[in-house]
Amino acid sequence: MLLVVPVVFLGWFFVWPVTSIVGLGLAPDGEVELGVLARALTDQSVRSVAWFTLWQAVVSTVLTLLVAIPGAYALSRQEFPGRRALQAAVTVPFVLPTVVVGSAFLALLGPRSPVNAALVAVLGDAAPTLDLRRTVTAILLAHVFFNYAVVVRTVGGLWSMLDPRLEDAARVLGASRWRTFREVSLPLLSPAIAASAAIVFLFTFTSFGVVLILGGPGRATIEVEIHRATTQLLDLPLASTLALLQLVAVLSALAVYGHLTRRAQQQRLVAAASTRRPPRSRAERWFLGTNLAVIVVLVLSPLAVLVERSFVTATGYGLDNWRRLLVDDPSSVLAVPAGEAVRNSLLFGTSATLVALVVGGLAATAATVGRGWITGAVDRALMVPLGTSAVTVGFGFLIALDRPLDLRGSPLLVPLAQALIATPFVVRTLLPVLRSIDQRLRDAAAVLGASPLRVWREVDLPIIGRALLVAAGFSFAIAVGEFGATVFVARANLPTMPVAIFRLLGRPGVANFGQAMAMSTLLAAITAAALLAIDRLRVGSVGRF
Amino acid sequence: MLEIDHLTLAYDDTVVVEDLALTAADGEVLCVLGPSGCGKSTLLRAVAGLEPPVTGTIHLDGRDLAGLRPDQRDVGLMFQEHALFPHRNVAENVAFGPRVHGLDRDAVRQRVAEALSLVGLSGTEFRHVDELSGGERQRVALARAIAPRPRLLMLDEPLGSLDRALQTRLLEDLPRVLSQLGTTVVYVTHDQDEALSLADRIAVMRAGRIEQQDTPAELWRSPRTAFVARFLGLGPVMAVQADADTVTTPWGRVPRAEVSDAGAATGTVETVLLPEALRLATGHQPPGDDELAVTATVVIRRFQGDHLRLGVDTATGQRLQVAAWRGQLPEVGDEVTLAIEVAGIHLLADDPGG
Repeated sequence: MLLVVPVVFLGWFFVWPVTSIVGLGLAPDGEVELGVLARALTDQSVRSVAWFTLWQAVVSTVLTLLVAIPGAYALSRQEFPGRRALQAAVTVPFVLPTVVVGSAFLALLGPRSPVNAALVAVLGDAAPTLDLRRTVTAILLAHVFFNYAVVVRTVGGLWSMLDPRLEDAARVLGASRWRTFREVSLPLLSPAIAASAAIVFLFTFTSFGVVLILGGPGRATIEVEIHRATTQLLDLPLASTLALLQLVAVLSALAVYGHLTRRAQQQRLVAAASTRRPPRSRAERWFLGTNLAVIVVLVLSPLAVLVERSFVTATGYGLDNWRRLLVDDPSSVLAVPAGEAVRNSLLFGTSATLVALVVGGLAATAATVGRGWITGAVDRALMVPLGTSAVTVGFGFLIALDRPLDLRGSPLLVPLAQALIATPFVVRTLLPVLRSIDQRLRDAAAVLGASPLRVWREVDLPIIGRALLVAAGFSFAIAVGEFGATVFVARANLPTMPVAIFRLLGRPGVANFGQAMAMSTLLAAITAAALLAIDRLRVGSVGRF
Repeated sequence: MLEIDHLTLAYDDTVVVEDLALTAADGEVLCVLGPSGCGKSTLLRAVAGLEPPVTGTIHLDGRDLAGLRPDQRDVGLMFQEHALFPHRNVAENVAFGPRVHGLDRDAVRQRVAEALSLVGLSGTEFRHVDELSGGERQRVALARAIAPRPRLLMLDEPLGSLDRALQTRLLEDLPRVLSQLGTTVVYVTHDQDEALSLADRIAVMRAGRIEQQDTPAELWRSPRTAFVARFLGLGPVMAVQADADTVTTPWGRVPRAEVSDAGAATGTVETVLLPEALRLATGHQPPGDDELAVTATVVIRRFQGDHLRLGVDTATGQRLQVAAWRGQLPEVGDEVTLAIEVAGIHLLADDPGG
């Protein structure tokens, strides 16, 4: 019974649109015609898009692991003043809307970046102007920035609970630091590393907002091409073929992820607090210092530059961008006052959160109380939308939701799409908590005389209460920042903040750019506030896979 | 030979070991005995190079260990709860040390075979460590620690995580293994039975300092302070008046020259009855000339199989423990006569820790 709502929701808003895409891809004229598919797959441009998507995802994943694994050690095993705050800060990029990440790197890597300012200061007029916008480097950097937290949280989470005596034992037995890492820590961490690598690969393979803003000709992922085929070329069969291609790749990656996480659950772990210690040797201090520097440069500087640029106007520093963002501005390129985009975002985000909590909460409960295969099936089915790209969802809504009700023009589509994206995160937050409730607690309460309802109220609810709040904050952050699906289904007169930012960035002029920066800053602040509120609850599952 | 001098260790500004001096001679089994939290594990970690000392020196066979990394020190450490590598089987765990020391494959295999045979686990090479029983895990950990042939072997509560029956069995086994090795051994435990049955010498540790170092027999015969006496399970500790010539006990005055003395001052000093100093007097064996006769009432009677363990309250108000053997089986409430050997009244030195 618990499953009715999730099944209807998933069926209507996920399975049906995706089936329509498959149908459109395989049978554009009503008959199955594999020729279309074959032609698209042999097409040079499709193949080069697929190739670019694949290699940038692989390189992004490898780079992220290389940078973030040392960071995971520093943040999970070393103790230093401000560690908790920094740990929360590095998680911020993970919930940042992709559009904001794109904007931040535009500001950081453009000709007016602080890097160039520094070059001019040092070299004077002879300084070359670095402009890394619309390069692969920009995309890769943004991906590392975005996914750093995934690896730090996932690998660091396990690392902080590995018995440090295992590493000590290896050292005393005569192994060097590096050898100890290679032969003891690395094998023990491999499930977490593999799981986070799979997730990072998935995220970067389906990267949309970042690539749309930072990429350019020849630097488009499948996601971006689906968008282009739909909105510019109006070639729906091509878009469907691309979406199919993507779906296959994503399902394979998810299968690998599922396999890896199942393997992960058999280690003796210790309390995290007991494994952290201040750096004591010179080598340990160097290691910590280097990682802190990486975090400052890679994670904090884009955010700082974003905020700084929101105050840059045509006539120097000022509050113009913010004034025009919050006060009615008839000269804006948006169809509506910028303030309305903010209002739309908050409204849609709140509705989406409620929907995701109901659907995800029911599904998680069903997965906990259900037996055997139901539990596993629900668990896995709800992970699929996580991997299925947002663009596929948005595109699917566009071509499928004219039946049974024509929802295509409805503003309801936006929160529904956002809820669909957020639901897997709700499930992932609630499920471990629900499963961790010791049945003996309920038994003890019952033996002490509590009725079943009372047991639920006094045992289950207080325990999952915090997890529910976490799930709510997390869904809200995701919904507010959602771009891939929203950009397909948002009506021109009801833009959300990410959509408005994208439109502003598409127009020339310092004023538009500044306003985009201001709106990005505001959006970043909203999502970061949601995240930091969660972090205070210390359930600690955000960004951990 | 291990020589530790003026060693001070701290954890995040909390001093856990203070100005400690300790030596272990070649081939000696030195037990460090102390309650949990007294700093004994930290001491081992410092010798292994896992904790940097605040001050002090550690020499092993004349070599100063300062500045050497753990992998350069040539010491073996068997961890509490064993810390076996969960991703490796038995042979791979034991082979780790010889392998990282750069031995070739045949030599490694030989070392593994030797170490496993020494602990009586030959034939378990390919078993996974998760499948091992507690006692087997303990022995694999020992084999792993000795396989690189360290100059010094340190064991941190090696029997701590095992049940009592298994502890007893391994305690019978361990002295053989240790003597076959011939290595200098530092053995840390909080269990006085373990220390008494294994050690050539025992160092009793308390709150980061060594309270007394002696052979087990000497320690048992002459505990220096009330802390040591209590830790060995002697008791009760009570206050008596002692001047230069006489000691005034609750049961009478005795010449100071006849009691056992750990170097007590004069005035109010603490005292304890040594084991075997107290017996139940009977018609066949009345209190002798060298014994004090004390009347007491039985308040606790615990059956121990071959004897009774009695708790008695003396007329002067002390609760004492005494064994009652065959032929003398008083009930609770009965009045009995105790015989206290004067030479077994042991005056304790001033207790610095209070």
